[in-house]
Amino acid sequence: MDSIVTAASVVAAGLAVGLGAIGPGIGQGSAAQGAVEGIARQPEAEGKIRGTLLLSFAFMESLTIYGLVVALVLLFANPFAG
Amino acid sequence: MGSLPFFFTFAELEVGQHLYWQFGNLRIHGQVFLTSWIVIGALLALVVVGTKKMERDPQGVQNLLEFLWDYIRDLARTQIGEKVYRDWMPFIGTLFLFIFVSNWGGALVPWRLIHLPSGELGAPTADINTTVALALLVSLSYFYAGLSNKGLRYFEYYVHPTPIMLPFKIVEDFTKPLSLSFRLFGNILADELVVAVLVFLVPLVLPVPVMFLGLFTSAIQALIFATLAAYYIGEAVEEHH
Repeated sequence: MDSIVTAASVVAAGLAVGLGAIGPGIGQGSAAQGAVEGIARQPEAEGKIRGTLLLSFAFMESLTIYGLVVALVLLFANPFAG
Repeated sequence: MGSLPFFFTFAELEVGQHLYWQFGNLRIHGQVFLTSWIVIGALLALVVVGTKKMERDPQGVQNLLEFLWDYIRDLARTQIGEKVYRDWMPFIGTLFLFIFVSNWGGALVPWRLIHLPSGELGAPTADINTTVALALLVSLSYFYAGLSNKGLRYFEYYVHPTPIMLPFKIVEDFTKPLSLSFRLFGNILADELVVAVLVFLVPLVLPVPVMFLGLFTSAIQALIFATLAAYYIGEAVEEHH
């Protein structure tokens, strides 16, 4: 394969995961903040809050995973690798 | 592939390599079929053993199955609603159990001991074809659920609050299976890759907590897939007033 295509693919794969991690990182932070505040205000609701928190974490995480899928396609199944 | 050999020597990953079976014009990924048949067989065996000698006082496998039944019923009832959840409980339960056992089977069974001529055995859900098939089944089911419960009034859903929503709702029909399939595929493949890379870098102790994290995310992903499938079906059968 063309070396410039290889270089561009590897850089793009890194960017795909790295940029894709920013948004979910902020989102998970504010979700955890809300959960901690909720537990501090109402410690008896901890179990319910934790379950909901983990479920919503998984939703946010899947956004980074979309970036990871793009990165994996670029590395292992690159459509531009002639 | 072969154009990036560096990444393959890295932890001996075989992403993009498959055991191909040729059926006429169809070329299918054999290793996915083998593991899915094993998963289906294991689930069938569990259910047959658990329901053979049913007692009023459940014990052992029957107890486990009744616990699972309760769990799936609660999931379906909260998402789909009291009226029609019984019709869709088997579908949701099958999805949940198949994905759950596939994910954990891929992580817990030492597949590496069995050598294939090409590719490697692993979780069937780490192949995009499996997850796309499951997601398309979900799409078909919610259309069927909406049309069979409400007839043509189902399409009121597309213009429900205002007709401005129409294009978004149509796009949503395409993005639903896309995000469902990519979420499951990406998470399971990422788990396998992270464990493989860590095993390559530090073969002792360190990969174990990551493996437990992987088991945890696999279980959550199965739950999320089933919950979302139930939610989409519930959305389709919901009555607007």
